[in-house]
Amino acid sequence: MIPELGHLALVLAIATSILLVILPLVGASRGNHQLMATARPLAAAQFWLLAVSFGCLVLAFLQNDFSVQLVAEHSNTRLPWYYQITATWGNHEGSLLLWVLTLAGWTWAVALFSQSLPRELVARVLGVMGIISLCFLLFTQMTSNPFVRILPVFPYEGQDLNPLLQDVGMILHPPMLYMGYVGFAVAFAFVVAALIGGKLDSAWARWSRPWTTSAWCFLTLGIALGSWWAYYELGWGGWWFWDPVENASFMPWLLGTALMHSLAATEKRSVFKAWTILLAIATFSLSILGTFLVRSGVLTSVHSFATDPTRGLFLLVIMALLTGSALLLLFLRASSIRSDGRFDPVSRESGLLVNNVLLAAACGVVFVGTLFPLLVDVLDLGKLSVGPPYFNALFAPLTLALMAALGVGPLLRWKTDELYRLRVPLIISAVISITLGFGLTYFLLTPFYWLVALSLTLVFWVICTQIEDIRGRIRNKHHRWQALLNLPRHYQGMVLGHLGLAVTVTGIAMVSFYDIAEDVRLAEDRSTVVAGHEFRMVELYDYQGPNFSATRAVVEVYRDGRQVTVMRPEKRFYWARQMPMTQVALSPGLTRDLYVALGEPLDDGSWAVRVQYKPFIRWIWLGSIIMSIGGFIAISDPRYRLARRRRTATVTGEQHVAKT
Amino acid sequence: MTSARRRRLFMVMSVVFASGVAVALTTYALRQHINLFFAPSQVLAGEAPVDRVIRVGGLVVPGSISRDQETLQVSFEIADNIAAIRVSYSGILPDLFREGQGIVARGTLGPDYHIQAQEVLARHDEEYMPPEVADALKRTSMAHDGY
Repeated sequence: MIPELGHLALVLAIATSILLVILPLVGASRGNHQLMATARPLAAAQFWLLAVSFGCLVLAFLQNDFSVQLVAEHSNTRLPWYYQITATWGNHEGSLLLWVLTLAGWTWAVALFSQSLPRELVARVLGVMGIISLCFLLFTQMTSNPFVRILPVFPYEGQDLNPLLQDVGMILHPPMLYMGYVGFAVAFAFVVAALIGGKLDSAWARWSRPWTTSAWCFLTLGIALGSWWAYYELGWGGWWFWDPVENASFMPWLLGTALMHSLAATEKRSVFKAWTILLAIATFSLSILGTFLVRSGVLTSVHSFATDPTRGLFLLVIMALLTGSALLLLFLRASSIRSDGRFDPVSRESGLLVNNVLLAAACGVVFVGTLFPLLVDVLDLGKLSVGPPYFNALFAPLTLALMAALGVGPLLRWKTDELYRLRVPLIISAVISITLGFGLTYFLLTPFYWLVALSLTLVFWVICTQIEDIRGRIRNKHHRWQALLNLPRHYQGMVLGHLGLAVTVTGIAMVSFYDIAEDVRLAEDRSTVVAGHEFRMVELYDYQGPNFSATRAVVEVYRDGRQVTVMRPEKRFYWARQMPMTQVALSPGLTRDLYVALGEPLDDGSWAVRVQYKPFIRWIWLGSIIMSIGGFIAISDPRYRLARRRRTATVTGEQHVAKT
Repeated sequence: MTSARRRRLFMVMSVVFASGVAVALTTYALRQHINLFFAPSQVLAGEAPVDRVIRVGGLVVPGSISRDQETLQVSFEIADNIAAIRVSYSGILPDLFREGQGIVARGTLGPDYHIQAQEVLARHDEEYMPPEVADALKRTSMAHDGY
């Protein structure tokens, strides 16, 4: 009964989304207030129907209802209950249902938090989100129905969830990533709604800013979680592989970052309008492209659960349809888009332009590297892959250029400025950062790498210029600490975001150049020394888990004769899928991680063990967390809400004038 | 020039410059870092370049895995339906590396048709076969039937 109820809710959600597409959009074009007013309740109804549908699927997993094909293929009675829940989205159909649920959630959120926006705009935004929702609901229903039953003969026991996905990182990673991906649909919907309405002042930029920023925050967290998961679960200590699936989430992040910044310029100074619109469309298209790459099975990865060409084709059609019609609208309205702000080559606008050019170039680099092999394959010109060296060679200089510009950009004034005015803070920052960057690298790190020295210099450059800027803002205040807290929220958020980037870059530079990985043979009472730490295997024994059997090693770690920690790496064997899995042991720390993984048993009873020393790797994820906290603080700035109220007042005022 | 024109010129110039640099660098980097894929029979037919990083995929030949007793050196053969070549690797093999399993090795080809692998990739779960390997097997099996 429950799966049928879930399916019914899904079908009803499709019907609701059809109404959500038609009624508000027709209402907005005819100026019919009653039709427009249906948008909000329909958005709410769609969300709750999908929530019921998703809830039913979760329940089917929890009840071990193996008559449902999806449950039989991805769950098992011996799976702990929390992994039975996460198994819901550990497969294609379930994760797609989560995708549409997330989209419906964002739609409902827009409906809730748009009370002060013009009615036509709200109706159009929700209508456009309804279109996206309808496309993906049809996709779910027609190619990937999660509620398909195996009747009349169904298995007594299910296959297991892929052991790689039985992990806490997996509980959080997909929902976070989807919140990010799908969140960009809101920015897209605002742009399309503004294009339909033809009212392209900078108001839509202000309205879509908090939505874009929050989507970006979730995406940042989602990507960081994915990297963290790969680090301890999959990658033998690697944290980023330039795997096409990772790139699929990284491309929208890069363009989304560019969009956040160009929206600021568009809102404040009414410049780069067409570019911002293009970015919003492109960012969302890349989100769909990401879904396509991951879900169509064209890629080789843990994420491609199954290969089914119709699904890939369907997604490509959706992407072409949504992107194509948005671009067509942009083309039709191009003449009415006027960026009337003027600015000098030295100004905040130029800084943001540099930011956008660099981020777009970075996205282009990833795009080419990810899609070129696919293109060659489709054209049947051979099979090739583009390795990490390609991405590293291009990405490092772009990131460093971005950091260099980041030191100056936020200090510049809007419209026009003089570098001469900033000479003191810039020179001080340059001297400090070069001294610290090169000094620290030269004296504390061996061997000396130019690229590390340069990276650290730029890290300090960003930090110093931000501090100089803050100092300038609170210099004339009596209570400086109070003044620091009283700085506008959006400014605090910006500073945190930029400092977060500096933290992440520090981690990347350190771990890329100074990590040590050694594969050694270890047996009981044998030890090895890696990076000044002695790893001694004291015990090796077998034990049984709920759905696996395992061999566990106990490794004591000593430094200078004193015990630092005890690590317990495991090799597990999952019965249901007959699949071995490595469970690594980590000793995390702010300045270094120790990492021990059991490789394979060797003939004489010893084990091949990988021992790693990873300096500053936590900083990569710590920086991402700081960046997203910065984003959330920026959204909480009251100016978005106040500004909205003021704007509405003027808009309604205009309408009255127009009517009379 | 008016300021509006100067601004437009500045913008256009910077975009052209940036995209020019980006395209040049991207093309250069792509040419440097592309890894071509070959099936074992193609390698033996001399189609693969020597001393460049390539990718070779096939099924691990049962009984061909040999491990050094002192170090972590391991060598094994991978085959398509026509030919087999030997791969050596130093380090830990992936969890799902097994006899009869489809794998991809990334490494350089020596003069004696011997691959020195830097990396060995296996599938992430048991339903899955690397697409290149599946494709190579299909092609070679058709060629085989044709004889």
